[in-house]
Amino acid sequence: MHELPITQSILRIANEHGEKSSATRVTDLYLVIGQLSSIVDDSIQFYWDIISKGTLCEGATLHFERIPAKLLCLDCSTTYTLDGELSACPQCNSTRITVQAGEEFRMDSIEIETGD
Amino acid sequence: MSKIVNVVEEIMSSNDDLAAQNRTRLDTAHVLGMNIMASPGSGKTSVILQTIEALKDKLRLAVVEGDTAPVSIDADKVILAGMPAVQINTGGSCHLDAVMLRQALPEVPLDDIDLLIVENVGNLICPASFSLGTHFNVVIASVPEGDDKPYKYPKIYRGIDALILNKIDLLPYIDFDVDYFKRGVQILNPNVVFFDVSCKTGEGIAAWAAWLKQRVQAFQTPAN
Repeated sequence: MHELPITQSILRIANEHGEKSSATRVTDLYLVIGQLSSIVDDSIQFYWDIISKGTLCEGATLHFERIPAKLLCLDCSTTYTLDGELSACPQCNSTRITVQAGEEFRMDSIEIETGD
Repeated sequence: MSKIVNVVEEIMSSNDDLAAQNRTRLDTAHVLGMNIMASPGSGKTSVILQTIEALKDKLRLAVVEGDTAPVSIDADKVILAGMPAVQINTGGSCHLDAVMLRQALPEVPLDDIDLLIVENVGNLICPASFSLGTHFNVVIASVPEGDDKPYKYPKIYRGIDALILNKIDLLPYIDFDVDYFKRGVQILNPNVVFFDVSCKTGEGIAAWAAWLKQRVQAFQTPAN
């Protein structure tokens, strides 16, 4: 249920940027979500439909770009992406790993309509 | 007409900004802040009480307790143990966030303590997304929860400094593969320090308390 405050953040950011660009309507939001970030698209969509009502963002479509978790083995320098369950280095079985991607959670852009 | 506007903003930025303010407040008071996260029933309050017992003559500490329901059971236990405690009732919310900690801080005697322990709401998912401004995070896991937790809830194990495995006295009775569990945590976080403890028998508490005391001392010793 932490998706509610998160969705409120998304709405605030989109409305702010929409207003700054003199939008009459925000039609699309482009969000980037890493595989490790524990965010559920469906829940965000659920809250979004409710809380965006009556704002610049009402009816806007949410686009989720999912970034897979990309890991680097610190022992043998193998890079691998997580496909399903968390796993040690497929090459040398080490657990000395660093996460290179997969924790993203940001808004890249919005698409707006202006009165022009 | 329609056009694309570049945003490139972290969704959690407003929480993170407030967390940074909390951090400054703790820094100014020379108080080390520790955020404890765990599932319900893992023994968060028990570990805190044992930590108080082990450190009460060496450190001054206070506890902020997060709970979803308007109860003060946990805070009352801490006060009974002789330490100041502030209860935050999140009103049904499943995690603490930086705003809630900010509101609680004025009630904490920051000038009179060395360590602030924040007990987050029992939950392995939501607390991981909300930084509070504490200096470091700890997860408490317990044997009956099962050894697959790092594989199912990876995010909470990122960015923690220590992992306390509680209820190890139950290991003979439960199929819990300690190596499998720790391996999962290490993949997510190679530098984590593990403490195997039992609040029931007291095993391992001394090592944990010593580590924590050292953290506080290192924090309070000015770097030259």
